[in-house]
Amino acid sequence: MKKIKGYSITLTVNNENYDLTAEPNRTLLEVLRDDLHLTGTKESCGEGACGSCTVLVDDQPVRSCLTLAVAVEGRHITTIEGLSQGGALHPVQDAFVAHHAIQCGFCSPGMILTAYALLKENPSPTEEEIRRAISGNVCRCTGYAKIVEAIKSLADQGRQER
Amino acid sequence: MKGYEYHKPSTVKEAIDLMGSLENAKFIAGGTDVMVLIRQKKLSPAHLISLRNISDLSFMETANGFFIGGGVTHSEIVGNEFIQKHYSALSDAAGNIGSKQIRNVATLCGNICNAAPSADSACPLLVLDAKVLIAGPDKEREIALDDFFLGPNRTALEKGEMVKGFHMPPFNENTGSTYIKHTRRAAMDLPILGIAARVTIKIGGSQIGCKDAFCTIDTISNILKHLEGEDLVCEDVRIAMGVVSPKPIRAKKAEAALLGKVVSEKLFEEIAEIAASEAQPRDSIRGEAWYRRDMIKVLTKRALLKSIDRVIRPDDLIHPDRLW
Ligand SMILES: Cc1cc2nc3c(=O)[nH]c(=O)nc-3n(C[C@H](O)[C@H](O)[C@H](O)COP(=O)(O)OP(=O)(O)OC[C@H]3O[C@@H](n4cnc5c(N)ncnc54)[C@H](O)[C@@H]3O)c2cc1C
Ligand code: FES
Ligand code: FES
Repeated sequence: MKKIKGYSITLTVNNENYDLTAEPNRTLLEVLRDDLHLTGTKESCGEGACGSCTVLVDDQPVRSCLTLAVAVEGRHITTIEGLSQGGALHPVQDAFVAHHAIQCGFCSPGMILTAYALLKENPSPTEEEIRRAISGNVCRCTGYAKIVEAIKSLADQGRQER
Repeated sequence: MKGYEYHKPSTVKEAIDLMGSLENAKFIAGGTDVMVLIRQKKLSPAHLISLRNISDLSFMETANGFFIGGGVTHSEIVGNEFIQKHYSALSDAAGNIGSKQIRNVATLCGNICNAAPSADSACPLLVLDAKVLIAGPDKEREIALDDFFLGPNRTALEKGEMVKGFHMPPFNENTGSTYIKHTRRAAMDLPILGIAARVTIKIGGSQIGCKDAFCTIDTISNILKHLEGEDLVCEDVRIAMGVVSPKPIRAKKAEAALLGKVVSEKLFEEIAEIAASEAQPRDSIRGEAWYRRDMIKVLTKRALLKSIDRVIRPDDLIHPDRLW
């Protein structure tokens, strides 16, 4: 088989531009972890079902395991590493810690980014809206209750601020 | 993953030309079907032709009904109030496909072109009389969705052709439509069964409205009983069923039996029986045939009732799950 050449692309991840060569068959997940060494994004099922590889593309959550790196050139990608500012955790991360919404932590990056995107779109979601929003993120440890509580605590703040 | 070349055409014509000139090429839109197949090694194209950069495909417009371009995602459909109001069945389906992360990239067109018997948007588009706008190397053509599906993963698309979008006609205001997806889990599950209905009703001259107090809180069954003397006639009807045969199908005998009749819950039960007799469900890991057949009866009746509910109480579209 003939060798497929790599494409020169610029990826914007957490507001930084990275010039790299990516073969067209490489997923965003692979490029993030193996080329950019941003290993916060996790792979579990590798076929779109579990949500652990969730990242944001222009603030919208997507599956990085089903996204080709070459397909998101020029878009703004946010990974879990992009949420904290100068070592200080983002309020969503703080809430997950405070409510013990993390056990093994494997689902957490995807779960937190999904929650972050939800709250950005809808600062005071109801419990039902929260459960729907995270329905694409599987957690094998927490039983979800603590995760929902963590997000709810931020939703209640959103409600107070209005 | 095996290597392939990646192409990013920016017009429909470029995409069609590429498809015509390349061997073993595959269109990719959101990639939520294609990428899974590639990762599972069930598909190994030499070329992927991405449709993401074709701006001509990613629009919707009200045009003698409604047109949805080939690049429109399920998230965009869910967020569209016009669809929610006038083509509710499609909104019902789009809101429950995969999860938010899937809906943000997955397209309506990909769902239809993949032609899975379980494709959630197929039944809604069938009852909404959707036509498929197809562009090919020489000409464009439009065909009814019913003729587009040939079997599991098989469509009427010919070599080099692609889908530009879907057109749905306008329906009169006494029309309501519904899609019910029957699953084991509330989210992230493919349907065991999918039933869609669209009903247009006529009431002896006067307006159908629901201004009485009872109407805001009562169940649609009771409201129908209450309106029994008013002769609510079924003026037009479609019923479609998914996961009951090799492709999504319409229950045409059931439709014919309902057309022109005065609607009642009892009649809907008979109609649902007829619909069940038109299905050829199989045993599969998701559900057994006898169970699917029984559930067709339950859900067809429910879909018809819910469609009428949406005519009588259009404001409830915003909270469609209140009574269901
Ligand atoms: C985790 C997960 C959950 C899912 N849940 C559901 C669900 O609940 N219900 C459901 O119905 N589906 C579900 N799916 C399947 C899939 O997401 C949908 O079918 C989706 O709509 C496909 O759209 P896409 O844009 O990603 O298609 P793609 O994967 O890009 O393409 C699908 C097919 O359509 C062809 N195609 C795309 N656009 C065109 C065009 N314009 N012209 C011609 N051919 C074209 C492609 O060549 C390919 O054969 C799920 C998938 C995953 C991974
Ligand atoms: S690894 Fe991407 S969804 Fe599971
Ligand atoms: S904390 Fe372990 S999977 Fe969620």
